[in-house]
Amino acid sequence: MNGVHDMGGQHGMGPVQHEKDEPVFHAAWEGRVDALTRAMRAWRKWNLDTSRHGLEILPPVDYLRMSYYERWFNRLETDVVKYGFVTPEELKSGKAAAGSRTETPVLTLATSARWLSRGLPSSVDPKVRPLFRVGQHVRARNIHPTGHTRLPRYARGKAGVVIRDHGVHVFPDTNAHFQGEKRQHVYSVRFNARELWGPQASPHDSVHLDMWDDYLERV
Amino acid sequence: MDGTRRSFLKAAVTAAGAAATTDLAQADSVAPIQGDAHQAVPSDLTLRVKSLESLLVEKGLVDRAALDALIDTMEHKIGPRNGARVVARAWVDPAYKRRLLDNAPAAIAELGYTSGQGEHMLVVENTPKVHNLVVCTLCSCYPWPVLGLPPVWYKSAPYRSRAVIDPRGILKEFGTHVAEDVEVRVWDSTAELRYIVLPERPGGTERMTEEQLAALVTRDAMVGVAKVTLPESGGKP
Repeated sequence: MNGVHDMGGQHGMGPVQHEKDEPVFHAAWEGRVDALTRAMRAWRKWNLDTSRHGLEILPPVDYLRMSYYERWFNRLETDVVKYGFVTPEELKSGKAAAGSRTETPVLTLATSARWLSRGLPSSVDPKVRPLFRVGQHVRARNIHPTGHTRLPRYARGKAGVVIRDHGVHVFPDTNAHFQGEKRQHVYSVRFNARELWGPQASPHDSVHLDMWDDYLERV
Repeated sequence: MDGTRRSFLKAAVTAAGAAATTDLAQADSVAPIQGDAHQAVPSDLTLRVKSLESLLVEKGLVDRAALDALIDTMEHKIGPRNGARVVARAWVDPAYKRRLLDNAPAAIAELGYTSGQGEHMLVVENTPKVHNLVVCTLCSCYPWPVLGLPPVWYKSAPYRSRAVIDPRGILKEFGTHVAEDVEVRVWDSTAELRYIVLPERPGGTERMTEEQLAALVTRDAMVGVAKVTLPESGGKP
């Protein structure tokens, strides 16, 4: 979706505010939100792509106003209701409804190390053939999906060169919406900075994006 | 910043605790444009998070001890010290450096660092002719096993919006000088590949041990917004 989260190239966001000796969490609640989010993800009712999309669909004004973990917390509140873990009344009261069933947590002390180290699927799959090859000139498609996508607006319609084949990966545009993994090759594609931004960019510079087969077309 | 905004921030800071005080001090000099700064936290957030946590614990959906363990991992087990040791090893051991550039996850695992978001890591090397910069314009993708959780600025709108269109401006703001004829390569982490910059080893470090070298390597250098410098050189490489 063409959302505010797709920030590459936007103007007016101000200077970067670098904080010296920044703590991992700025307040205790941030750590709780981070851990709660990971612990609830272990129920596997949603996936990484669904999760990213869950932030993108926050109202744009809220997305920009909220701090990072505030966004996470709002997503978590939405998701625990949406996927049937708690009722809206329970969320409001903070108390389990009388007679509601008690589950057994998926993520426990014994399993937390395993969950943290749980890897993504292998990117090696000889059955899935690449549509493009290293060195090939390609163009990012000029498409505007209304759901989740990892094709930033600033690259759409632009021409680049495949510099590396990253192997086979789950396709976020379908996976985020539970429409299948649609596994396909992902490539590192180099775009000349001037192709993206015109003469204001340095002729020496480039931006590399990781692109799925479905984002690319032949030049 | 007008008076209304200032008193709102003061109220929010009082409610959110002392942790945000330094942010408020910074906010006085640079007007915050968006919500990634921490001073705009609503006062009831701490209570809302507590309420949700106790509900999820009561319903048996999460285990409090496991939450504590996760936070401990994020705060103490992963972090940029891991990445610094990888960089230092690459500087002193050319064979390791080759393995690192060829297959980063395997080379990094040799030093014992493995965890989620590190399955498909790639190391990009700075040279006198090439400077690399890592960003995630769409969210906050970052190589956790070697760098820990990303800092606020990395996840913020200013960095995400400008790193791709004005990388040299960003570098300047970080006080990093990159000559005009050096190629700046930006890596936008749009898929599950996670990028780490292998900074240039600074001159004058020939006699240093691997451990001493690791102490020089900063998180910012591994993201590519800074170079590795000697403390006495006053920030200049």
